[in-house]
Amino acid sequence: MSLQSIIDRRLAGKNKSIGNRERFLRRHKAQIREAVKRAIDGRGIRDIERGEEIHIPKRDLSEPVFGHGSGGVRDVVHPGNKDFIRGDRIERPKGGGGGGSGKGQASDSGEGEDDFVFALSKEEFMEVFFEDLALPNLVRTQLAEVPEWKSQRAGFTSDGTPNNLHVVRSMRGAIGRRIAIGAGTRRALRDMQERLAELERDGDEVQARPLRLEIAALRARLARIPYLDPIDLRFRNRVKVPVPTSKAVMFCLMDVSGSMDEARKELSKRFFILLYLFLTRHYDKIELVFIRHHTQAAEVDEENFFHARETGGTVVSSALVLMEEVIRARYNPSEWNIYGAQASDGDNWHHDSGRCRELLNDRLLPLVRYFAYVQVAEEEQNLWEEYTQLTESNRHFAMRKAVEASEIYPVFRDLFKKEGAQAA
Amino acid sequence: MTDLLAPLPPTTHATEPLPGPSDWSFELVERYHQVIRATAERFGLDTYPNQLEVITAEQMMDAYASVGMPVNYRHWSYGKEFIATEKNYKRGHMGLAYEIVINSNPCISYLMEENTMAMQALVIAHAAYGHNSFFKGNYLFRMWTDAASIIDYLVYAKNYVAACEEKHGLDAVELFLDSCHALSNHGVDRYRRPTRKSLAQELAEQRDREAYAQTQVNDLWRTLPRRADAPDEAPENKRFPEEPQENLLYFIEKNAPLLEPWQRELVRIVRKVAQYFYPQRQTQVMNEGWATFWHHKLLNTMYDDGYLTDGVMIEWLKSHTNVIYQPPVGHKAYSGINPYALGFAMYTDIKRICEQPTDEDRAWFPEVAGAPWLPTLHHAMRNFKDESFVGQYLSPKLMREFRLFAITDDERQTELEVSAIHDESGYRQVRETLSHQYDLGSREPNIQVWNVNLRGDRSLTLRHFQHKDRPLHEGAQEVLKHVARLWGFGVHLESTNAAGDVTKRWTVAGP
Repeated sequence: MSLQSIIDRRLAGKNKSIGNRERFLRRHKAQIREAVKRAIDGRGIRDIERGEEIHIPKRDLSEPVFGHGSGGVRDVVHPGNKDFIRGDRIERPKGGGGGGSGKGQASDSGEGEDDFVFALSKEEFMEVFFEDLALPNLVRTQLAEVPEWKSQRAGFTSDGTPNNLHVVRSMRGAIGRRIAIGAGTRRALRDMQERLAELERDGDEVQARPLRLEIAALRARLARIPYLDPIDLRFRNRVKVPVPTSKAVMFCLMDVSGSMDEARKELSKRFFILLYLFLTRHYDKIELVFIRHHTQAAEVDEENFFHARETGGTVVSSALVLMEEVIRARYNPSEWNIYGAQASDGDNWHHDSGRCRELLNDRLLPLVRYFAYVQVAEEEQNLWEEYTQLTESNRHFAMRKAVEASEIYPVFRDLFKKEGAQAA
Repeated sequence: MTDLLAPLPPTTHATEPLPGPSDWSFELVERYHQVIRATAERFGLDTYPNQLEVITAEQMMDAYASVGMPVNYRHWSYGKEFIATEKNYKRGHMGLAYEIVINSNPCISYLMEENTMAMQALVIAHAAYGHNSFFKGNYLFRMWTDAASIIDYLVYAKNYVAACEEKHGLDAVELFLDSCHALSNHGVDRYRRPTRKSLAQELAEQRDREAYAQTQVNDLWRTLPRRADAPDEAPENKRFPEEPQENLLYFIEKNAPLLEPWQRELVRIVRKVAQYFYPQRQTQVMNEGWATFWHHKLLNTMYDDGYLTDGVMIEWLKSHTNVIYQPPVGHKAYSGINPYALGFAMYTDIKRICEQPTDEDRAWFPEVAGAPWLPTLHHAMRNFKDESFVGQYLSPKLMREFRLFAITDDERQTELEVSAIHDESGYRQVRETLSHQYDLGSREPNIQVWNVNLRGDRSLTLRHFQHKDRPLHEGAQEVLKHVARLWGFGVHLESTNAAGDVTKRWTVAGP
C-alpha cells in the first residue's frame, strides 16, 4: 500500500483569495468610490473609520456565456408525479421557464436584478478615501497605523499564563481556603481531644478507643485538604490601553451663507475629516467644536453644521470672535492642544476681511497649535489676500484653494511633515 | 487490476468499537482511516494514494472560490465567488460542503476542521475512496484528465498569468481572461484525446509553440503576390476552416491573426483548465452517486464488523439522509433532480437487480440480473457518462419510486403536455428523455466556427445549430463582443434551425 498521510494545513496561509479579492475591488473601483463618497457624506466625522456595505448591480458582474433562451421544444423529466397521466395538459407557468426549467442547477449567478452586496473592510474603505484625497503613501501609512498601545496592570485574575503567576496572592488565597475549609473539622477535633484527655485522665479505655479512631479520621481529613489548589492561583492581569498623549480640541469653522452649495460643503467636510483623522493619531481625546456662520456665528451640533443652510451675507470675523470666546471659556490653551480648520468660499463683506486677519494674527494664532484654511472656490477675493499676508509670519498657519478633493491634502502638508517626523 | 467477484471476508473483527467523540484528533482520524481503507480494499476499490488535509472554514472558502483547486491563477471572478461565499456563510445562509476532493495523484481530500469525528469518517469514505476510485476508474477521466500533472500545470498557469500581469498590466490580462472565460465551455475537444505532458515538457514546448504559432498564423494572411504561373485554386469556393470546428478557443489560439504570443498562451491555459473540468460536468450523477453509495456501504460494513458505535451511525446517517433527499416537483426546495439522490438510488438498484432480480428486471436487464454485483457495479462506473448511464441502467422500479414523468414544452403550444409517465407505455420514453437531459450537447448550445472571410474583412462567422429549435438567450451579443476581442476583427453569429435556415444573426464589429 502506498503512503497515506494526514496533513494539517490549518496554519498554512488562509488568505489565498486576497489577490482575487483585490482584483475584484479594482474592477469595480468606480462603483466602490461612489459608494464610499456617499458613505462619507452620510457619516459623522468621528464615525469615518469603519467598513461599508457596497452594492453593485448584478448585471455589472455577470460573466456572459452562450446559453439557451426560452422557446423551442424542451423535454424535461421531473420527479414526484402526483396524479398526471400521459397526455395531460398543464398551463404554462408564468415567467418563461418557471417550473419547466429542470436543468438541475439553480445557479446564484443568474440574471436576477438584485444587487450584489458585500462589505468593504475598514482598511479598504480608508484606502479608497485616501486615494480620493491623493494622500502620499507615507501619510497613508501614518494615518492607517493603529494607535500605540501600552499594557497596564489591572488587578488580578484567576486565569492566566504561568509567567504571570502572583505567588504571594496565590499563597494567601491558599491559606484562606485551608483555614476556611478546615475550620469545622479542627473545631470538632479540638473538642474530641479535650474529651479524650478527660477520658484518659479518668482511665476510661472503653470510651477512649473509638474516640481515638474518630480523631485519627478527622486528622486524615484535615491532611487531605490540598496545600495548593488550582482555584487558589492568582495571575497578574494586564490590559492594553491606548497610549495617552493629551487632549485636543478641533474647531471646525464653516461659512453657511447662500453661496455655499452642497458640493462645497461636501468638500469642506472632507477637509475636516482629514484633520480629524490626523488628530486621532496623536491625541487620545479630541473634542470637536462646530461653528457655522453667515453674518452671525453660532455653535451647533454636527448634523446642523453640515446640513442646515442659511441665506444672506457673510461676516467671517463673527466666527473667529466666537471661536476665541469658546476657547477662553472652555479650553484653556495650557491644557488643550487647539486646532482650527476653516472652510469658506472666500466670499466676505469686504470691510471685514482686514479684521479677520487682525483677529487671527493677534488673538487666535498665539493660542492654537495649527490653523488651516481652505477656500472651496476658485476666485481670489479680499479675504484670500488678507490671509496670504499671514502665511509669511506664521508657520503654523496654512491655506489652500481646493475645488476637488485631491487638492485638500497640501493644506496639511506641513502639519503632517512636522508631526510625522516627531511621531516617527 | 482484476475485479473481485465478491467482497473479501473481513480479516479482523473489532474487539470494541472505535470511539466516536464529537472532537476528532489526528490519531483518531488515522485509526478510522485505517479501518476504512481496509474495508475499501475488501471491495476492490482501486484508488490513487490518498492525501488527507485538514483545513479551516476560511480555507474551505478559498478553495471554493478558485473552483475547488488548491492553486489557480488570479482573476476577479474568483474574488467575486469568494466574497459571495463568505457572505452567505457568515450570515448562516449556507453551510460549507463537508469536503472538497481534487482529481489529482495523490488524490487530495480536504477535511474541514469543524467536522465531528463521525463526519470526518463520512468524508473520508465518500471522498478519499468513493470519488477517488471514480477518478481513477471512469473512462472519461482516464481519457481527458491527467491526475498526475494537474497541480503542476496550475502552478505553471498561476506563475504565467502573474508574469503576464507584470509585463502587460493587470487590465490587459484581466480583459483578455474575461473574454477567454466567456468561451471556456466552448474550449473543449469533445472527441479527440489530448496527449499527456509533464511540466518540464510543457514549459519547453511553450517556447517553441510561441515562435511557431506566430509564423503559422501569418501564413494564413499572406498578402505577398502569388507567382504568376501558380495555378489559381478558385479561392472564392474554398472555405476556411474546411470543416466546422467545435473548439472555439482552440481555433482562436491557432488562427486569430493579431494575438500576441502571451495571449495565445492564456487562451491555451483557459482551454486546458476547461478541458480538465469537462469530465466532471458530464458525470455528476455517476460521480456523486458512486461516492454516496460507497460511503454508505463502507460505513455500514464497518458497523457490521463492530467498528462503529450507534452514535456515530446515527450522526452520519442523518447527514446522508439530507444529502439524498429529492424534493418533488413543485416543492419550494425543488431545483431539478438531485444528482446524489438519483446516483445513489441507481447504484443501489443495480446491486439489487444483481442480487434479487424480479421478472421485470430479467426482462429489462437480462445480463445484469443475477450477475455478481461487485464487478457489475465497477463496470457501470468505468464505462459510462451520465447520459449513457441513465440510458442503460435506469430501471422501471426506480422510475416508479421517483415518480418520474416527462413534460414537453413546445413554444407553439399554449400548454405544456405530459408526454410520458412512470407506466408500462412510458418507461422507455422517460428514460430516454432523462438521458438526453444529461447530454451536454442539449444543455449547452452547439456553436461552431463556420467560416473566416479570408479575402475580405477577415471577419469570423460562428454558427449555432439549434437543438430542437431552442434559441440562444440574449447574452449572446455580450459573448460575441468577447469573441471579437479575441479574434481582432468583426464576428458574426448565425443561428440555424434543423432545416439549415438561418433564423437569427448577431454581428459585432472588430475592436
